[in-house]
Amino acid sequence: MAFEGLADRLQSTIQKIRGRGKVTEQDVKEMTREVRLALLEADVNFKVVKQLINKIKERAIGQEVMESLTPGQQVIKVVQEELTQLMGGEQSKIAVADRPPTVIMMVGLQGAGKTTTTGKLANLLRKKHNRNPLLVAADVYRPAAIDQLETLGKQLSLPVFSMGTEANPVDIANEAIKKAKEEHHDYVIIDTAGRLHVDEKLMDELTQIKTNVKPAEIFLVVDAMTGQDAVNVAESFDSQLDISGVVLTKLDGDTRGGAALSIRAVTGKPIKFVGMGERTDQLEAFHPERMASRILGMGDVLSLIEKA
Amino acid sequence: KKTRTSFSDRMNNLMARYRKVDEDFFEELEEVLIASDVGVNTVMDLVDELRMEAKRQNIKDSIQLKDVISEKLVEIYQGDEDEQPQKLKMNDDGLTIYLFVGVNGVGKTTSIGKLAYKLKQEGKKVVMAAGDTFRAGAIEQLQVWGERTGVEVIRHNAGSDPAAVIYDGIKAAQARGADVLLCDTAGRLQNKVNLMNELNKVHRVIEREVPGAPHEVLLVLDATTGQNALAQAKTFQETANVSGIVLSKLDGTAKGGIVLAIRNEMKIPVKFVGLGEQMEDLQEFDPNAFVYGLFADLMQDEEQAE
Ligand SMILES: Nc1nc2c(ncn2[C@@H]2O[C@H](COP(=O)(O)OP(=O)(O)OP(=O)(O)O)[C@@H](O)[C@H]2O)c(=O)[nH]1
Ligand SMILES: Nc1nc2c(ncn2[C@@H]2O[C@H](COP(=O)(O)OP(=O)(O)OP(=O)(O)O)[C@@H](O)[C@H]2O)c(=O)[nH]1
Ligand SMILES: [Mg+2]
Ligand SMILES: [Mg+2]
Repeated sequence: MAFEGLADRLQSTIQKIRGRGKVTEQDVKEMTREVRLALLEADVNFKVVKQLINKIKERAIGQEVMESLTPGQQVIKVVQEELTQLMGGEQSKIAVADRPPTVIMMVGLQGAGKTTTTGKLANLLRKKHNRNPLLVAADVYRPAAIDQLETLGKQLSLPVFSMGTEANPVDIANEAIKKAKEEHHDYVIIDTAGRLHVDEKLMDELTQIKTNVKPAEIFLVVDAMTGQDAVNVAESFDSQLDISGVVLTKLDGDTRGGAALSIRAVTGKPIKFVGMGERTDQLEAFHPERMASRILGMGDVLSLIEKA
Repeated sequence: KKTRTSFSDRMNNLMARYRKVDEDFFEELEEVLIASDVGVNTVMDLVDELRMEAKRQNIKDSIQLKDVISEKLVEIYQGDEDEQPQKLKMNDDGLTIYLFVGVNGVGKTTSIGKLAYKLKQEGKKVVMAAGDTFRAGAIEQLQVWGERTGVEVIRHNAGSDPAAVIYDGIKAAQARGADVLLCDTAGRLQNKVNLMNELNKVHRVIEREVPGAPHEVLLVLDATTGQNALAQAKTFQETANVSGIVLSKLDGTAKGGIVLAIRNEMKIPVKFVGLGEQMEDLQEFDPNAFVYGLFADLMQDEEQAE
């Protein structure tokens, strides 16, 4: 694959600038050039890359080199620290409402993985937290979206609330909450239709559902393979709905997943879970430092620090 | 609504903003292309070439660079080939088979529904085969598209062997004297070796049953996807001999520029673009409109500023 990790990129630069006592501007310039390309190849948004690079330059230039490190290693250390910091801490708790049921809304672009993740979250809530969730089929647009959720419900032996495709998603959500109260479900997970962040009518539908059901969590579901557009999507969904967290799906692929960094940078909201496969048990907590390493090929980079 | 301004009009606008060909100009050009998900290497190579070209021809004024940029961009997409729109290959004596492949959730099933509609409009008899037996509700989804478009869907139960469904699809399509069989497959990430082997088996069944088939293997790419689309194209190419791309979800704000890199490195042409979720939302790919779309944001800034 034409995809070079940061380690490959930095190898020669590091060789050149070893053995000096101070990190010079030239060192930093050469290194950050490679870091920039690596980040762009990993799909981190170019504006986010720019900010990061400026910060890295600011911090690295003129730094005294620590005794155990070469100037090259020193810069890499700064890069890693900045990335990890931007990624935020680990945060995979699911909120609990003061009064049950706790409502979770799943939102995002078409095909991101909302319905699948709805099944996964329900499975997690029941298995790990001993809860009794109700799944709600509020996607009346996509062909067979209800069948899809009902099939997942059957696989998990969990109830699915639906009113067919003629009903209005806002009404479906309202009725679902009533039903959940009657039947003592402690969680309600609402699967909504995929929509473009620029589709005003459908974005407004989400706002209405939100106003009605007062969700404790609104999860934006994002495909890990998303490119530069991730910032636009995340920014729009967040500004219109004030999302509470992000689920990054399809991370079982071989994408670097730079979208994670872009989303964090523009929303500041935590990425709580990652999808690691199509099955309902393939949902994991998000590990920020692992993600930072993945984006840069840092696993290699850290070993580079040891080698250099 | 997509505007009808020509690519060269747009380039004129860019040039009007930057009279001088300096480092700022090249940097912004680079950013515009990267923001559209054109492959990083492709962008760097292109902008380097432009820098050199500007130096060589001693170009100082951006207007003079305009033609060079347009040329290079279209060249990246088209190579040496001429500008003919890429028509789908048809089998003149017997059944034509199109196979749809791609990673999860990109729009394979929807694109099949749209293409079925289009082919029917053209007077062809179409059959679809529900080769995704894995994802929850996948068969029902294709069935709904069958009802919408009035096209028969050959299906087995969920969980059955995809190659067997496709085999039955071929037999049924032949028995009914159909012109075209559209084969759906389950989404699969290209790094899953067993799933790619399964796809390879489906491909072999089609090859074996109808000489010369599949007549098109269409890789569906989501325009929102970044650099990973390159890896997708490479691996699906190796496994299933991709002949064309359907670039879906181009109605959003993503530009899908990665197809430039794919075309550049692998010579796979884009055949259709998806512009929505309805049956009519499939259009033949127009390289000129596409290339100028890459600059749309830059031009919008410009228009707002005016
Ligand atoms: N490999 C992998 N596939 C996933 C993951 N999450 C979802 N998928 C697949 O991605 C595709 C789309 O998932 P859906 O759950 O239907 O996505 P959605 O957001 O509900 O789609 P719409 O309702 O059409 O907007 C399906 O093929 C899923 O099986 C994941 O973590 N890994
Ligand atoms: N806005 C928009 N949405 C699209 C387009 N094409 C497909 N979609 C939507 O994207 C989602 C996924 O489409 P599918 O056709 O199910 O994708 P798929 O590749 O068959 O998915 P899997 O079979 O799960 O791998 C659905 O919600 C579609 O309606 C498009 O061109 N524009
Ligand atoms: Mg869904
Ligand atoms: Mg499908």
